[in-house]
Amino acid sequence: MMTTPQDEEGPRTTLASRITSLLGSGLVQLFLVCVALFWLMPTLGLFVTSLRSPQDNASSGWWTALLEPAQLSLENYAALLDNPDFVASFVNTVLITVPATVIIVVVASLAAYAFAWLEFPGRDWLFLIVVGLLVVPLQVALIPIAQVYGGAGLYGSILGVVLFHVGFGLPFAIFLLRNFFAAIPRDLLEAARMDGGREITIFRRVILPLGGPAIASLTIFQFLWVWNDLLVALVFADAQSAPMTVALQSEMRQFGANLDVISAGAFLSMVVPLVVFFAFQRYFVQGVMAGSVK
Amino acid sequence: MGFDIQAELPKLLWLGIGVAAFLAVIGLLLVIVDRGPRCRRDWWQAACFLTPAGVLLVVGLLYPVVRTTVLSVRDRGGTAWVGLDNYAWMLTQPEILLVLRNTLLWVLFAPLLATAIGLAYAVLVDRSRYEAVAKSMLFMPMAISFVGASIIWKFVYTYRPAGTDQIGLLNQVVVWLGGEPRQWLLDQPLNTLLLIVVLIWIQAGFAMVVQSAAIKAVPDDIIEAARIDGVNAWQQFWRVTLPMIWPTVAVVLITISVQTLKVFDIVRTMTGGQFHTSVIANEMYNQAFRYGELGRGSALAVVLFVLVIPLVLVQIANTRRTREAR
Repeated sequence: MMTTPQDEEGPRTTLASRITSLLGSGLVQLFLVCVALFWLMPTLGLFVTSLRSPQDNASSGWWTALLEPAQLSLENYAALLDNPDFVASFVNTVLITVPATVIIVVVASLAAYAFAWLEFPGRDWLFLIVVGLLVVPLQVALIPIAQVYGGAGLYGSILGVVLFHVGFGLPFAIFLLRNFFAAIPRDLLEAARMDGGREITIFRRVILPLGGPAIASLTIFQFLWVWNDLLVALVFADAQSAPMTVALQSEMRQFGANLDVISAGAFLSMVVPLVVFFAFQRYFVQGVMAGSVK
Repeated sequence: MGFDIQAELPKLLWLGIGVAAFLAVIGLLLVIVDRGPRCRRDWWQAACFLTPAGVLLVVGLLYPVVRTTVLSVRDRGGTAWVGLDNYAWMLTQPEILLVLRNTLLWVLFAPLLATAIGLAYAVLVDRSRYEAVAKSMLFMPMAISFVGASIIWKFVYTYRPAGTDQIGLLNQVVVWLGGEPRQWLLDQPLNTLLLIVVLIWIQAGFAMVVQSAAIKAVPDDIIEAARIDGVNAWQQFWRVTLPMIWPTVAVVLITISVQTLKVFDIVRTMTGGQFHTSVIANEMYNQAFRYGELGRGSALAVVLFVLVIPLVLVQIANTRRTREAR
């Protein structure tokens, strides 16, 4: 959960309580309730829609189901899991996301370690170039990589999508990890080297445990980024390797006739990110804070 | 159940093999690191550690930057030199001017409103009993995809003719208030503004979390001093809190601006760029990957790049400054 310094609250009068006494608590409550409704209602609407039959959805609003809960069922989800195309797109999302996350975390850890702890000529220049690459928008890389993939036979493949995500995510990943690794006390590393520790041992015994939180943040950040991506998959994946975002996006073109498929599919695609989000909220927030430059 | 585990199993097996092979290569690399020459040991190690990232960065980012820039001054097939024709085309086509105007609308509204809502919310729930829950609620959309968020909002904007039961929440509210239902996504510029709402809905949580951390870092004695000096809550916000957290507010504004410039998924999913809602990133995709206009697509990508550069540079300088201040 997010950290709330409840314990050290003390006598501090919060700005919130002072504003409340200035404006009257009614007005402040009203603002908070409006925001809450605005943020919850749309998602609730999608969820309820996904539990209603196509006929019900076509004839009345989802909110009517709140009064007649009998019409709710899991049939849309059952139908979706019976649909081989949807299942394949779900599997594709996993096939893209897992390797893209593993590869980037490993490759970036190695590079960040070198930038933080090894002495070699041109180190600072190289790191500056990596940071500079943070500027490059995805769009700039699409056309040349599509041409490269065309020549290499990677166009349309899952591997192509994975490699693109890795290349594009690396500058941020290295930037994030280097800053954390550089903060590891020098003594610890020196001690490990003195003990005759080989690099692989130092990496495993010192860097991985101490850099753990940073690596966790990066892992979650990268996982959600790739899981939720549309553009890269739209350009580089063919029909067989398309992930859920692409499948849902193409369903949207006939919006209206397929509300049951879209609502249930969209909700299923959100389940994994939401579980990750609630399970690792602390790391996720750290990743987002550190990721302000991406 | 039609979930055919047989059909999907081989793919998952390949996933396992692929990841295992990758990890084996990296393991091998780590072994080689220690077998290197005795002299210039750090050089050798650095080379081993940096090679994988280096190859990916050069092929995946450095080369494309150069190549896209070159393609932007070539014709549709990428063969003949055309000078600045692609850029001139952009500034003379009414549709593309509209695309640029839409992008401007996005950048004007989305960052400012998301940051303001996030800030107001952060201030008001600060240290309240239900703070953690309230924050999670606003932050949740950050976890789901832009496609998911767009679908959620497409349902909200759905239209049914007057006289029949509405199924979209927005039109139902309008009808309850005595109005006529509308096709919200058809008329510009209103439709673009309604798409911007979706981005605000996604980004306000980010703005709130980051700014909330800054608010909590304002020292107690400053707040106390202000209170003893008799400033009221309103003045306290404008004269004490806001100036103290301004660097963070700037970081949030710029971060969301960069995201907004590159916005693609929302437009693609909700309107496909039709009804005059297209933006630069969507037009770039259309030109390059639907119409095969490599020159024009590249030029649009370069424009996006040029617009993003100053923002990110300010951002990096800003991040460094706030980190040093800590």
